[in-house]
Amino acid sequence: MALQSLDIKQRSATTTSAPSVRQTLEVAKLIDVSTCIGCKACQAACMEWNDIRDEVGSNSGVYDNPADLTAKSWTVMRFAEVELSDVSGGRLEWLIRKDGCMHCADPGCLKACPAPGAIVQYANGIVDFHEENCIGCGYCITGCPFNIPRISKEDNKAYKCSLCSDRVAVGQAPACAKACPTGAIQFGSKSDMKDYAEKRIGDLKERGYAKAGLYDPAGVGGTHVMYVLHHADRPELYNGLPTNPGISPLVSLWKGFAKPLASLAIGAVALGSLFHYVMKGPNEVSKESEREAEKEESQ
Amino acid sequence: MIRDPKDLQRYTPQERANHWVVGISFILLALSGLAFFHPAFFPLSMLFGGGTWARILHPYIGVFMAFFFVLMFLRFRMLNVMTKTDKEWLSRIGEMVDGDDHNMPEQGKYNGGQKAMFWASVVCMVLLLVSGVLIWRAQFAPPIGLVRFGAVVHAVAAVAMIALILIHAYAAIWVRGTIRAMWYGTVTRAWARQHHRAWYREVTGK
Repeated sequence: MALQSLDIKQRSATTTSAPSVRQTLEVAKLIDVSTCIGCKACQAACMEWNDIRDEVGSNSGVYDNPADLTAKSWTVMRFAEVELSDVSGGRLEWLIRKDGCMHCADPGCLKACPAPGAIVQYANGIVDFHEENCIGCGYCITGCPFNIPRISKEDNKAYKCSLCSDRVAVGQAPACAKACPTGAIQFGSKSDMKDYAEKRIGDLKERGYAKAGLYDPAGVGGTHVMYVLHHADRPELYNGLPTNPGISPLVSLWKGFAKPLASLAIGAVALGSLFHYVMKGPNEVSKESEREAEKEESQ
Repeated sequence: MIRDPKDLQRYTPQERANHWVVGISFILLALSGLAFFHPAFFPLSMLFGGGTWARILHPYIGVFMAFFFVLMFLRFRMLNVMTKTDKEWLSRIGEMVDGDDHNMPEQGKYNGGQKAMFWASVVCMVLLLVSGVLIWRAQFAPPIGLVRFGAVVHAVAAVAMIALILIHAYAAIWVRGTIRAMWYGTVTRAWARQHHRAWYREVTGK
């Protein structure tokens, strides 16, 4: 078997079970939005460790840079200015969220992917793209509830944050967590991260953020990237973080139980035709028709 | 090449060629499409040089088929207008399937079943083309809700189309003397008289 830390739990377009005799520690990254200063050290660390350099873009008038996730920018700080009377008494709040793959326990990308082994979920919870198996169809984008994967214009393969699976495999924290100067990005076992989040939430509540809480949405089975939010009741304030994310019912319908049934139906039509032929016999021109037609011809 | 001067011409060479172009495209589309439909069929992508090639080729073959399907639609649409007799034929399709066609109403060039199959495949083709454009990620990027809807519609219409064409092909095999119309364009007089009596009268004047 491979490294224990890379044991596979789920594999795209694979209908049999993955090796599952070992239980691996579930890991998680915790992003404490309230202590993030928006320095983008995580973005720099991400491109450095993963050795990817996005094209230099242009300033669009806001701090977001690059403006969006791309095949070469796997994490992006998103800046939101919020001035709501019901949230913070009309005081300006600058909400900064490090966006990237959430590493869902129930990953929509993996569910939608038609290429065997192009998307895997390790037993530790990391959802990883294996681009050598990717066929470039973009179904992962269709399946993702967080709008994360991006298809490269260069090679037509899908890319996203790997949670530094190569680092995690050898007991290291992801590059972004290592680089964060304020400790806003923590990494460890999922249960440790939840405990740590509890402390942070308690602190935030003491300081007047009554609605502070953990973002670990149940709709996708929980995530392996979690946020501590000061306004956990309003995740959409953080640049449209979905309030109740889940795999779209359309995607579930598209990739769910209907497909094996439809495959069986197609098989039944083919086999039904064969047995119809065997049991009813061919529909041949009768002798009578031949005689009549001949008679009519000679008239 | 004339096989028998008494045979009746059912299809012109242009009509036959058009049908074969659509038929070959359909087979390529069904095989490459099934590869993405369910993991059990993924090995079919190897027929096209692997998953990535199947993904690249499928939509282009789709556009190609749609174009020739439109030509075929224009050729045959008037012959497929449903009539009262067709509806009666369809209501008694059970007898036909059971292998007893003696009491079936007289049919023109196409029977009710063939016409129903024609219109059902037209509907499927339209749905497949529109939904296929929506999910053609390499060329288009519509809003995600539309893409998800398109993916479902494409899968449903594809299953319906495959089932329809299986029935279409089997019907041609089952009714002996039919396949040659697709190859040479002709059928025997006896065949026409038995299966499409009204058309037989029309072309022979008997």
